[in-house]
Amino acid sequence: MPDQRVVEPEYLLLEAPREKKFITGSQAFAEAVKRANVDIAIAYPITPQSETMHLVGDLYAQGYVKDYYRAEEEYGAMSAIAGAVRGGARAFTATSGPGLLRGLEAIVSWPGHRIPVVLGVMTRVVNAPLSIQPDNIEISYLLNAGLVVLHAENQQDVFDFTLAGFVISEKVDVYLPVVVATEGFFVTHAKGYVQMPSEDMKLPPRDPYKAPVPPTDCEIPPARIQRDAPVQKSNFMSYLIHAVWQQEVWSANRRAMKWIYKYLGGPVEVVNPDAEVFIVASGCAAAQGREAQRYAEQEGLPVGLVKVKSLRPFPEKEVREALKNAKAVIVPEHNIVGWLAKEVKSVIPNSGIVIDGPRVYGGMTLPVELIMEEIYKALGIKKEKKTVV
Amino acid sequence: MKRYNIRIAGVGGQGVVTSAHILGNAMSAAGKYATLVPFFGSEKRMAPVEAYVRVSDQPIYEVGEVVYPNVIMIYHPQVITHGKSYTMPFYTGLKENGLILINSDADIIPDEDKKVLEDLNARIYMIPATQIARDIAGTELATNMAMVGLFFGITRLVGLEHIEKALYERFLGGTFVASGGTTALDSAIEKKFKKKQELLAKNMEVIKYTMKLAEENGWVEEEEKKVAT
Repeated sequence: MPDQRVVEPEYLLLEAPREKKFITGSQAFAEAVKRANVDIAIAYPITPQSETMHLVGDLYAQGYVKDYYRAEEEYGAMSAIAGAVRGGARAFTATSGPGLLRGLEAIVSWPGHRIPVVLGVMTRVVNAPLSIQPDNIEISYLLNAGLVVLHAENQQDVFDFTLAGFVISEKVDVYLPVVVATEGFFVTHAKGYVQMPSEDMKLPPRDPYKAPVPPTDCEIPPARIQRDAPVQKSNFMSYLIHAVWQQEVWSANRRAMKWIYKYLGGPVEVVNPDAEVFIVASGCAAAQGREAQRYAEQEGLPVGLVKVKSLRPFPEKEVREALKNAKAVIVPEHNIVGWLAKEVKSVIPNSGIVIDGPRVYGGMTLPVELIMEEIYKALGIKKEKKTVV
Repeated sequence: MKRYNIRIAGVGGQGVVTSAHILGNAMSAAGKYATLVPFFGSEKRMAPVEAYVRVSDQPIYEVGEVVYPNVIMIYHPQVITHGKSYTMPFYTGLKENGLILINSDADIIPDEDKKVLEDLNARIYMIPATQIARDIAGTELATNMAMVGLFFGITRLVGLEHIEKALYERFLGGTFVASGGTTALDSAIEKKFKKKQELLAKNMEVIKYTMKLAEENGWVEEEEKKVAT
């Protein structure tokens, strides 16, 4: 392990020279953790997450991470993470599908407890019949908890979102957990080019006193509201305290937006803003959408892409603005419920232009050809289909 | 933009996945782009195996298995004759003007399938890759190399030196440390290294042969005849 010097987050994230490496998504998570001055990592293995936390375990062995252990299961892992972070540590953990749902009770309590942490989510089918493939329905379970939720398209996003995630989560006006979700296997086990700053630099250590909720202080919320009578009883004060606290969590969530602008170039990326038909997508559906947009452009079709990087806070204004002249909106997704399509419909005045799909589920591939079909349909182009399927 | 979305179908033990890595590494060595999808299943000898590779001179964004290939490579005749394939018929999803490379010493495509493939304007090239591997490398295990040679012989996407670099990376990369260890260890490593070098040389011979075969038969793709994107 090289001696790592502490540099300012702005320098590490935005200015430091970067070198191109060909690595998997799991490696990209670990490379971000390596540069994040992480105190402790706790996890319980599950496919396809195991590789990432194995690599983070290697970082512990090499000295990049100060402490590391395997928890008894996910509920234990996520609870221990909360304890470590409340004690002042910077922490990282990751999980997948069923593991995420097992840890969910603890995870959704993090925002209320104001736990700044980064949680990697490598998507995997959650419902029966059992499968290890990358359906991403689990992300919908995370959208209403107050967590900041970023969705990575590729290995580069995984690296950038994770490293920036630590910085954003610890901002005093945010102070919330940041989820970095990406598709299992498609991103975690596949290799892509990632531009990274040198590994001899790291973020400054966490300063637990730079916080709206000082650590281990039981006289200040949320510790106090947990301990004291008002919230333990069903009376008007308890309702009020809880209500105010929820408002504060969601305000903090919205305040993360300015840091997403600063460190990640904004919550959306718009390709070909003057288009008539838009693909709106997040995660690796955005990669498929990007490919479809390129093919459409080669055919001279007016198609654009809106990649949503941040699901919470959701870029309401930005999506509305990008789609203001759109005639049709295609939302490709890796799940059966279409949670992103619902989000998009909820923020534009003319939700009828949103085409529900194409969707694949059970973790199967989302062929670019399915998106192309929707593009042709939206533009009224008839294509003779000869392919035998 | 030249883009080949390749589906390779063979049977366990033929080195389907290994050759996918070599295709990808050769593209990377030539400064071009490739992505490959590892398929997670319980592959075993003679059971169906598939691998997917995308190669291009431009960055590749899409991920996942190739459902609509424009190149299909069949490493074992049983993929067609015994239906040893994840996708039936073997050309499922093939795009128009596609390319099919088959290892077989006899014409094994049923007439009704031929008609469909004709309608799709598919170009089909068949070579006895296993026989070639046996004759030149002395082992059936080089069948995959014959197929790699045929693909690059037709498409001319990379030079021979790039393929050689890819083979070197696959078979010798990271295993030979000339400076390390005791003399005894050195000689053991060298012996192993020599064996691997011989293997590499034989593989290269097979690749050169099938590349030449493509040229002699006039199968080399002209720019304007390149496969559809």
